[in-house]
Amino acid sequence: MSTLEIRGLKVSVDTENGPVEILKGVDLTIKSGETHAIMGPNGSGKSTLAYSIAGHPKYQITGGTVTLDGVDLLDMTVDERARAGLFLAMQYPVEVPGVSVSNFLRTAATALRGEAPKLRTWVGEVKSAMAALSMDPSFAERNVNEGFSGGEKKRHEIMQLELLKPKIAILDETDSGLDVDALRIVSEGVVRAKEANDLGVLLITHYTRILRYIKPDFVHVFADGRIVEEGGPELAEKLEANGYAEYVSK
Amino acid sequence: MSTLTTNYLTPTGREEAWRFTPLKRLGGLHDGTFKLATRNSLALAGSAPAGVSFERIGRELVPAESITDDVIVGRIHEAATEVNVLKIAANTELAEPIALHRLAGGLTDAELSRVQIRIGANAKATLIIENTGDHLIAEDIEIICEPGSNLTVVSLQEWDSKTIHAGRQHAIVDKDATFKSIIVTVGGDVVRILPTVEFKGQGASVELLGVYFATAGQFFEHRMFVDHLVPNAKSRVNYKGALAGQDAHTVWIGDVFIRAAAEGTDTYELNRNLLLSDGARADSVPNLEIETGEIVGAGHASTTGRFDDEQLFYLMSRGIAVEDARRLVVRGFFNEIVSEIGNAEIQDRLMTRIDQELEKAGAQ
Repeated sequence: MSTLEIRGLKVSVDTENGPVEILKGVDLTIKSGETHAIMGPNGSGKSTLAYSIAGHPKYQITGGTVTLDGVDLLDMTVDERARAGLFLAMQYPVEVPGVSVSNFLRTAATALRGEAPKLRTWVGEVKSAMAALSMDPSFAERNVNEGFSGGEKKRHEIMQLELLKPKIAILDETDSGLDVDALRIVSEGVVRAKEANDLGVLLITHYTRILRYIKPDFVHVFADGRIVEEGGPELAEKLEANGYAEYVSK
Repeated sequence: MSTLTTNYLTPTGREEAWRFTPLKRLGGLHDGTFKLATRNSLALAGSAPAGVSFERIGRELVPAESITDDVIVGRIHEAATEVNVLKIAANTELAEPIALHRLAGGLTDAELSRVQIRIGANAKATLIIENTGDHLIAEDIEIICEPGSNLTVVSLQEWDSKTIHAGRQHAIVDKDATFKSIIVTVGGDVVRILPTVEFKGQGASVELLGVYFATAGQFFEHRMFVDHLVPNAKSRVNYKGALAGQDAHTVWIGDVFIRAAAEGTDTYELNRNLLLSDGARADSVPNLEIETGEIVGAGHASTTGRFDDEQLFYLMSRGIAVEDARRLVVRGFFNEIVSEIGNAEIQDRLMTRIDQELEKAGAQ
């Protein structure tokens, strides 16, 4: 049983006109097995929340705490946070030229497990993770995210989620740019990871369509750097019908 | 060596071709103040396969096939009374690479070495030149590719730390021939190589590839000149370098000349540099001169940058420690070219060397 606890989180970014506060005090608790959807309009700070928790250097934490099972995450380097059990599926996964997917995955698994996975079982593990997401085996020999289509990038992210077995996963607009089939395949991967590892999920999205596949236990509406409303799955339906207008105008 | 007629070419450092080079560190190769050594350090590894000969021949029988305005190459042509001649007979196809390597060298006197490589019509071969040890050496390698031949030359500068190496690798590429050069410079104090190409026949294709990694105090210069004299030839240049440490300095010059007669030319050159620390300097100067508009394409690109923070963040967000993430990124950066060598043992050795250079840099 793991708990990610966000308390009063305030985050700024540097701009030409000085620092600008993006997150204005966020409180959120995610436990193993729970799925929390964060929904909100563009520019509300959803992605900033994801990247700040993961430790991207662009974001300055100006207040609040983030702990995983009581341990301060904000004090850790990016790789330490991942080794503590945090995973971020990115909206725009980064190309790493000249580094093959298979080399990257093995290096990551070695770092997370503390020892290199046994080659024989590892090859099988990767193969089945790829097959489960309908990815061609030749994928493993391509360079990380280089020349990947939008759908391939997202599958690659969720394949990592299944292989690397984190405690808490933040999915930053994993549904963006996916067609219906890809959305289903990727969503099934998330559900498998949840069931296999009692994963806690923080799902960031604009749209409700992914919530048909990944059922949220809690829905949080994000606007102007904070959570403005919380509820159950029925809140997503209300957003689907009414949009974000009432929150933006506040 | 002060009686040489090339003395009038002695550079002052203000010349375009010499403005980056630390002349004082050239061991007198540029101004003729060196003591001439009698040694010949270049040797064939193993025995010559069928269709291949490697001999040392008096220069009267091996006239230079090219001219030069480089003072050091000029001094080599004047001083070298014998020439190492490697010949690959026409129609020979070699499955295994030919390897040349270095015998003992020296730093108190200078070896001025002339080499001529000739691949016969429709022959196919790979040559690997492994440069190791500490040498004070100037070397001119003429590479003559006869019609329809296909030659890859891999030149590895894995010199020890005191080496001074200046020279040229000049390819004369005839009709429908394919020439690929891979120049790797990871060792030495001062290395200055001129990879130059002269197209002699139509339909020829040339690739000049290179990687270099300079750490504190090292100076590595690679100065291409690709001369499109004839129509319908293709050239590609791709050099990648990394630098780390105080006064690490690299120079890449890419001169491509498309003459009026060279219609149908297709050329692209690229240089990328990765600056891994403060105090290092990468000079990168692409230069296209075009005398005809009737070409397929001509372009160039040059970038010099630091580690991409987004790449490091992505890798680290998967639990990979920063040192390992950097190593992956640097290996990946070089992999595009190193993988072209086509020899697993050499590729592994170079990647290990690159890891070591990076570790050295990290310790600073």
